[in-house]
Amino acid sequence: MTRTDLIVSVSPHVKQRVTTATLMWTVAACLTPPLILSIFIFGFQTLLITLVSVGACVATEAVSQKALGRPVHVSDGSAVITGLLLAYIIPPGVPYWTPITGAVMAIFVTKALMGGLGFNIFNPALIGRAFLVATYPVVMTTAWLEPLRDASIFRYVGPPVDVVSAATPLHVLKHYGMSAFIETFGSLSTVYADFFFGLRPGCIGETSTLLLLIGGIFLIYKRYITWHIPLSVIASVGLFTWIFGGETSFTGNPLLAVLSGGVILGAFFMATDYVTSPSQKTGQLIFGAGIGALTVLIRLKGGYPEGICYAILLMNPLTPALDQWFRPKRFSAGAP
Amino acid sequence: MVIDAKRAESPATFPKGGVHPEEWKGFTGSLAIEKIPPPPRVCLFLKQHVGAACEVAVQKAPIQAPHDNLLFSRHPGRIYQQLVDRKATVRAGDLIGSTGDRLGAALHASLGGRVEGVVDALHPMTGKAPALVISGDPEAAAPGYDFEDWRRFSRQELLDRIRSAGIVGLGGAGFPAHFKLDVDPQAQLDTLILNGSECEPYLTCDHRIMVEHAPEVIEGAKIILTILGIHACVIGVETNKPDAIDILQRTIAEQRSENDLRIIVQPLRVKYPQGSADQIIQSVTGRVRSSGKRSSSIGVIVQNVYTTKTIYDAVVRGKPFYERVITVSGRGIARPANLLVPIGTHLGDIVSHLGGTTEDLAKVVVGGPMMGFAVSSLDIPITKTTAGVLFLTRDEIDAQDYGPCIRCGFCLDACPMGLEPNNIGIYVEAGRGAETAQFGLVDDCFECGSCAYVCPAKRPLVQFIRLARIQIREAERKKEKQK
Repeated sequence: MTRTDLIVSVSPHVKQRVTTATLMWTVAACLTPPLILSIFIFGFQTLLITLVSVGACVATEAVSQKALGRPVHVSDGSAVITGLLLAYIIPPGVPYWTPITGAVMAIFVTKALMGGLGFNIFNPALIGRAFLVATYPVVMTTAWLEPLRDASIFRYVGPPVDVVSAATPLHVLKHYGMSAFIETFGSLSTVYADFFFGLRPGCIGETSTLLLLIGGIFLIYKRYITWHIPLSVIASVGLFTWIFGGETSFTGNPLLAVLSGGVILGAFFMATDYVTSPSQKTGQLIFGAGIGALTVLIRLKGGYPEGICYAILLMNPLTPALDQWFRPKRFSAGAP
Repeated sequence: MVIDAKRAESPATFPKGGVHPEEWKGFTGSLAIEKIPPPPRVCLFLKQHVGAACEVAVQKAPIQAPHDNLLFSRHPGRIYQQLVDRKATVRAGDLIGSTGDRLGAALHASLGGRVEGVVDALHPMTGKAPALVISGDPEAAAPGYDFEDWRRFSRQELLDRIRSAGIVGLGGAGFPAHFKLDVDPQAQLDTLILNGSECEPYLTCDHRIMVEHAPEVIEGAKIILTILGIHACVIGVETNKPDAIDILQRTIAEQRSENDLRIIVQPLRVKYPQGSADQIIQSVTGRVRSSGKRSSSIGVIVQNVYTTKTIYDAVVRGKPFYERVITVSGRGIARPANLLVPIGTHLGDIVSHLGGTTEDLAKVVVGGPMMGFAVSSLDIPITKTTAGVLFLTRDEIDAQDYGPCIRCGFCLDACPMGLEPNNIGIYVEAGRGAETAQFGLVDDCFECGSCAYVCPAKRPLVQFIRLARIQIREAERKKEKQK
């Protein structure tokens, strides 16, 4: 006599509680402290831009899943992460339509058309940014906000004409040299401190190295990501900058290179995107080292002062190859 | 000689992969084994082991060496007719089925009563299978067994006694014990490993056997060592069973050492699937078996602790293997217990003995929660290899829908064999299961379920692997045909 109230399925019958949604929402939560800080540094504008970006990503995800005849799964939180990351890597002074355009490019073109979650080749948020830099270069390289030294957090809210364009540290360093850099931003030790705590013009995601590190290290502690990619990215940026970044060999400033230009955000939150990075440890180390090398190359020889965005995008398509080349070691490989 | 006393001082484990599911052994871990009253009927599958199915017959005891008479070759039809027509009465322990193949196991009546015939019964794993039904006779006397000094038996006599008792590996696979122990004397064996890890959550029957029958387990180990002609035995027990480790160690210490036999207990750090042969061999000896080879190729034989106790019963007391201890557990059963039940007892009879199931029962699993089989009926008999029956409520199981693979790689870290469950799943979903042989699942995957356990997308990776196996076999068959 068969009982219809009993569930029958293939083993295992118990599973770890962590779900895809748990992972995504935890990453999203780890990304929020820098946002909160940025409200105090750049004003309320950053929150608005972020909300627009997240909203646009979630809406695009829902609409494209519906349009492509797939079940709507926005509650898994993956579009929220894309929205947060996109907002974190565009200047906070941009008009509101900018993140919306970026969101459509990131979610619809980069992810949905490729087959949805799990099938995209490129990091969606980075494609969104790359698209915006290519199409709206002026806004994307000038709409920086000077950190507020008082508590007037609503100063930048309003028509975009109010936005004061300010130069980013790496831009100054690249185009005007170290002396101009120190003149603009103060002595090196002040710069380190400002960068570490987040008091400088830049994207939301570049603000506080400290808060990003806390989030990233929490993800490693929870074993949602491993140290391999973040560490290899950071080590390789530092190493290559030290070797090639100075006026003569081995005189570059690795600390400044790592603290600036979104390296920490990229290393912990973008290069570690499961879908677009290798799953195997050796592959991950090479992937991270490649990102670091390309970042330094773009910074030193290319036209963009930051570089990590394109470095990750250039390494993303290597993921399937790295996973093929570096297979897990089989158990019996240890046999005599 | 491989015993490394230093190694045994601290808990060891295997290095690669593995997971830590919630243990849930508290339901039954401290409950003494309890014998259930004889059920109204039992249903004995003709094949409960690796190898050839039994041919059935009823042999009235006592006749000298009954098993020899029954090792008939190829006349199942005649015997079968005789059996069904006569409706013979049997006592518990009577031989009722055997096979001429060496790779196979004898079958004994587990209940005194009348043979009703052979039916197609619901099987927990294969759907339906032929089984012999015995209806119980409440008047039937329980069989009694005497003790004999096993040391006077020759190696062959020991093996014969194990064979005629129908003992199979109780760890799960059901490999006939006499076949496993009849190792080619050329093989360079040095260590016997007794597997007492019992790594499946909920299950505690091996635990109780070690605690309540430690002397029999140790004596059984000596019997096996004698058969194998070696001297070293390591009993691997996970540290979540400290009382078992303690009792085994005390029992060993109390006994005088004999014939240079050396038996030690190796505590193992809790990690699933430690009870798998490859993993426990590595945990205990550090050795790694090559893919597709037997463990004897690296000098080791692994035997489950409960199988060892059963071997003791067969050799010393002449008792056939017709009843076993199972763990009945989970929040869905009124009273969890470690039960000694006749093989072939139906789940329904076990449930009514334990006071029924709860309202929120959602899943019944025969075996452990990681590798067991979910069933949709209580009209299923337990077999020689059933270590437990779990009655799980909705909050104990996972019944979520699965999503796409997000390539997090968690399954790569969890797989103890270094396979790629993520890719196998993606290939199967793309209709390319036949191409997954490259990931090594044919030889190496034993479907422990660690991959599916960790998968955040809740992908049914074990199901994908089974599908891949079928598709690989089909593709090979097609190739053969074309040749």
